Amino acid sequence: MKALHIEHLNKTYKNGVSALKGISFDIEEGDFFALLGPNGAGKTTTIGIICSLVDKTSGLVKVFDVNIEKNWPLAKSYIGVVPQEFNFNMFETVENIILYQAGFYGMPRKQAKIATERCLKQVHLWDKRDQVARNLSGGMKRRLMIARAIVHEPKLLILDEPTAGVDVEIRRSMWDFLQELNASGTTIVLTTHYLEEVEQLCHHVAIINRGEIIENTTVKDLISRMSSESFILDLSAPIEQAPLITGFNLKLIDAVTLEVEIPRNVTLNQLFMHLSQENIYLTSMRNKTNRLEELFLKLVNE
Amino acid sequence: MHFYQNYIALMTIIRREVARFSRLWIQTVLPPVITTLLYFVIFGHVIGRYVADMGGVTYMQYIVPGLIMMAIMNNAYANVVSSFFGAKFQHYIDEMLVSPTSSLVILVGYLFGGIARGLAVGIIVAVVAYFFAPIKVYAFGLMILVAVLSAALFSLGGFINAIFSRKFDDITLIPTFVLTPMIYLGGVFYSIHLLPPVWQTISLFNPILYMINAFRFTMLGVSDIAIAPALLMLCGFLIIFFMFAWYLLAKGVGLRN
Repeated sequence: MKALHIEHLNKTYKNGVSALKGISFDIEEGDFFALLGPNGAGKTTTIGIICSLVDKTSGLVKVFDVNIEKNWPLAKSYIGVVPQEFNFNMFETVENIILYQAGFYGMPRKQAKIATERCLKQVHLWDKRDQVARNLSGGMKRRLMIARAIVHEPKLLILDEPTAGVDVEIRRSMWDFLQELNASGTTIVLTTHYLEEVEQLCHHVAIINRGEIIENTTVKDLISRMSSESFILDLSAPIEQAPLITGFNLKLIDAVTLEVEIPRNVTLNQLFMHLSQENIYLTSMRNKTNRLEELFLKLVNE
Repeated sequence: MHFYQNYIALMTIIRREVARFSRLWIQTVLPPVITTLLYFVIFGHVIGRYVADMGGVTYMQYIVPGLIMMAIMNNAYANVVSSFFGAKFQHYIDEMLVSPTSSLVILVGYLFGGIARGLAVGIIVAVVAYFFAPIKVYAFGLMILVAVLSAALFSLGGFINAIFSRKFDDITLIPTFVLTPMIYLGGVFYSIHLLPPVWQTISLFNPILYMINAFRFTMLGVSDIAIAPALLMLCGFLIIFFMFAWYLLAKGVGLRN
């Protein structure tokens, strides 16, 4: 079954800005789907329409086969949303924020208390339950919004840049949590600027640019289309100039750092072999940028 | 969403609203009590001693219903306008908008929250008044009805104000420049029979005059206005305000793009 079906979705704001130009895409149940695009591409507008916070101009949106206009209470009960900006009462306690949200979904008080405890424990905020939300750190606030979004056990969870401004440790723990959630059957839609996040978490990806879907495929397929990859090599000893090795484009960044562009049909072993012959030894290497990032920039700039 | 789930959502909003104004009692409940206390002391006790009886009761007794009603109206309005605008401003109104809670349930929830605060403050003011003048109740059931309907009307007024507000200044404009003059000129402190004929006629266009006099009638049995048209007018305004507020919320005016 399709968790989300979007057909010819258009949105033109009152000021005449056309945010979405007839986009269509489907997300299968159980998928971990990334919606990528530069700022102002239409990601947040799309999410806003799915969650009933933005009125569409035309088009069709179905959540688990339920038209969001015709049977909106049922459609809304399937969705959980984590927005980009903090949107909870900063003067309310952590526990009450979740309890009230459960109430808005029609959950009886007793059941809501159990669900609140479960969610706050899942995001490691149970010991902060009596604190006022504004006293939480940025990462905790993000986790609070995730707990709020899952309290009614949605079948479709939409996260709009959930890890923006979150430190590496918390980001990793959020990834683990989202992967667990996805493994338990929740379909997840994610927008993010961290391409590494997409590569780590998502199965499918759609790229939206200027209100149009310019790519919709699997993450693996997207990566396989890269013609070359750039690496930064850290050297064990300084060198004066970049070696000339046929088939590789090597650039000296500084005395102990080389940049190399390697075509996809060439193995890294070949490069290492040539470097050894030149008496150049490596202490470490890393991608110059995230692999998807290069492709993403290429696609949106085409 | 079934009826029971809607009921839970409604009770959640009411619980949240009551918890909000109870938690902020120093800002919400205490100031109107102190203000009313000052009115009793200055207008009722100090000046009132030199004012002749009005409508067959002492001046102090005469102003008690008006002051209780003023507290009810102001607080019902203030509760909804500040709470709903606060939710809009901090965007946590989205919590309800993304949920299956219907516009009607949201509106009724805020309405009950406003009525709760209006009546709570009204009761406290009545208790304070008891120390200054004997409290009389002429028609108890009618008194409750007028108090609830007036609180409901002002809650709806606050709700509509909050929907159209874009900044904090906007939620103080109507109370300062429209409601306060209308309440003061609505016969809280005097009978309109004391006014020159032309001002008596102008006063009749002030809807708040009808509410205050209706409430005065239920407590003292005296009024400048007949109770039946006053109640009818109150109900009429209530229906119009309710339908308008519901329409605005359902359309997402000021809430959805």
